Amino acid sequence: MIALELFLEFALLSFVAFGGATALLPEMHRVVVEHHHWLDDTTFTHLYAIAQAAPGPNVLVVTLIGWEIGGLLGALAATVAMCLPMSVLIYLLIDRWESFAGKRWQKAISIGVAPLAVGLIFSGATLIAQAAQFGWAAWLLVAATVVSNLRSKLHPLWFIGVGAALGLLGLV
Amino acid sequence: MSGEEFNAQLGLCQFLPGPNVVNLAVVVGKRYQGALGAIVAPVGLLAGPFAIVLLLALLYDRYGGLALAQGMLRGIAAVGCGLLFAMAWRMGSAIKNKPWFLPFTALVVAAIAGLRWPMPIVMAAGLALSGGVAYWLLGRK
Repeated sequence: MIALELFLEFALLSFVAFGGATALLPEMHRVVVEHHHWLDDTTFTHLYAIAQAAPGPNVLVVTLIGWEIGGLLGALAATVAMCLPMSVLIYLLIDRWESFAGKRWQKAISIGVAPLAVGLIFSGATLIAQAAQFGWAAWLLVAATVVSNLRSKLHPLWFIGVGAALGLLGLV
Repeated sequence: MSGEEFNAQLGLCQFLPGPNVVNLAVVVGKRYQGALGAIVAPVGLLAGPFAIVLLLALLYDRYGGLALAQGMLRGIAAVGCGLLFAMAWRMGSAIKNKPWFLPFTALVVAAIAGLRWPMPIVMAAGLALSGGVAYWLLGRK
């Protein structure tokens, strides 16, 4: 049953989701598109785009993927799988957090995980570019977004709006 | 909840993997209403956006094939891709001890984007190495 498979795949992923759902993009693509062939490249990038434009936490890209693969049950299975394991762990650990916060091993993990998360997010960006088969105009928009996002404090929704408009005009 | 307490507990939410906002909702919910709160808070946080996203999915299933919709999503994907590169750049700039740790970033990109290795294995190995270096550096000071 596909909802169960989705649940198991995403529950496994939730254990390595350092950096949140964004960091999982490359792995979700590997599992969903390359391994199971549940979705194709184009649909995957479309779902990513919808999740970007939608309000709410970015974990909801998982919901969209679940929906396209397994309908309402799939959407629920994928979302719950992504959130549940760590929620339970947090529930159990929060009262004891103070006893290991600041310990050398805890700090080492926090420091050690950061460069890995950067690599995952960078990989996610290259993967979206590959899957969407960007032409020169799209790459120009990517570059413009990077530069203006790093140099301004504009809300990301402004960028999304510009991207949507340029896309609607057929310029990307 | 005091600001200090909030920050301390946010620490665990950022330390563990998974969506931070959901983790945080569990903590705040537990604090105020125990087990029930820990269930209701994340569900309440996600229910609205969940419904909106499904509504968008329905629209996509119906109109996603239109050239206009495809163009629009392509534009958003390009911007989203740029936002990801910018996020990686910002997070990378914030890393201390770059000569020690940025090589691990490069290894992850090579393994994940290049070789397409499974992420659980890459993360386990990467965390052992990168965390090991961090542990050693912390002891040296």
